[in-house]
Amino acid sequence: MNGAADLGGMMGFGPVVPEPEGEYFHADWERRALALTLAAGAAGRWNIDVSRHARESLHPADYLTSSYYAIWVKGLERLLVAAGLVGADELAQRRVLRPGEPVRVWSADDAAAAMAAGGPSDRAADTEARFAVGDPVRTRVLHPTGHTRLPRYARGKAGVVERVHGAHVLPDARAHGAGEQPQWLYTVRFAGRELWGATAAPDLSVTIEAWESYMDPA
Amino acid sequence: MADDDMAGRVEALESILVEKGYVDPAALDKIIATYEQDVGPRNGARVVARSWTDAAFRERLLADATAAITELGYGGRQGEHMVALENTPDEHHVVVCTLCSCYPWPVLGLPPTWYKSPAYRSRVVLDPRSVLADFGVTLPPVTRIAVHDSTAEVRYLVVPMRPPGTDDLDEDALAALVTRDAMIGTALL
Repeated sequence: MNGAADLGGMMGFGPVVPEPEGEYFHADWERRALALTLAAGAAGRWNIDVSRHARESLHPADYLTSSYYAIWVKGLERLLVAAGLVGADELAQRRVLRPGEPVRVWSADDAAAAMAAGGPSDRAADTEARFAVGDPVRTRVLHPTGHTRLPRYARGKAGVVERVHGAHVLPDARAHGAGEQPQWLYTVRFAGRELWGATAAPDLSVTIEAWESYMDPA
Repeated sequence: MADDDMAGRVEALESILVEKGYVDPAALDKIIATYEQDVGPRNGARVVARSWTDAAFRERLLADATAAITELGYGGRQGEHMVALENTPDEHHVVVCTLCSCYPWPVLGLPPTWYKSPAYRSRVVLDPRSVLADFGVTLPPVTRIAVHDSTAEVRYLVVPMRPPGTDDLDEDALAALVTRDAMIGTALL
């Protein structure tokens, strides 16, 4: 979707403000927001693509004026309500009005094991790769109303395949309950001037990861 | 601001989720401790120092970064599909996630605020030299710049160039020279 999260190429946000290594949180609620978001995922009612879509679906004005962990909190609230695990009335009143339902819950050890294990997104491929390293490609002009990982600035652009990653879960499908539909995933490199025109630095290039259905041969 | 009373809002949310039996506070504490104390950019610095001192490891890192990083005991969430990008005098790499905040947690820990900020995500793909200037970094004019937008589950680790005059340093001393920002591509060593 063309939401506020798709930021590449926007202007007017001012300077980037560096910060020291090891400074992960700026308030204690940010710690809890991180942990709640990860731990609530154990219930298995959504996946990473659904959760990204919940965040990018925030009203653009809300997204752009919220700190990153606030975006996570608002996204988590939406996920919980959509899954029927928490009522909007409970969030509004800040108290439990109905008992919870049984879900999988991480213990401390479970959480540590899940962080250490991760969740790979590659899958067995049941087709041949359409593209090879070095192939010229052009991304499609797509404006889906649902989730996609093809940024606006890289749509309809000519590039070259740089890496072939195997088949990976298609976020556009899994974000909407349509299963994993794995597709071949590629790193594609674009010249800066292809993306941004003549004012871009001549020595700039940008890569994205693109699923097969995002591209045609060029 | 849209963040008014986030502390109260998150406290209430945690209380609801605990009371409903959906989360265990001990798991929350464990997650925070993991990423505040155990998993951070010193892991990535170890990977970089090893690649500087062990040519065979460097080859494995560039061929299959996920497997090579696992050799050092690092891996897991947000590091399932790693790619290492080696800076050279000819090409400098910078990593971003314009769509959200994708970042290689097992080697760099949680991302800094600026990495997730609209200022960084919007401008680094368009005009990375101006972003590097915000960090006080100026690249030589002969160095091309490649920006890598992490739009899938592939995660990038930049291997900075080894600083001159470090031939006598061992792996520990070299790792201490490697900064988080250098492994994202917004600093030089």
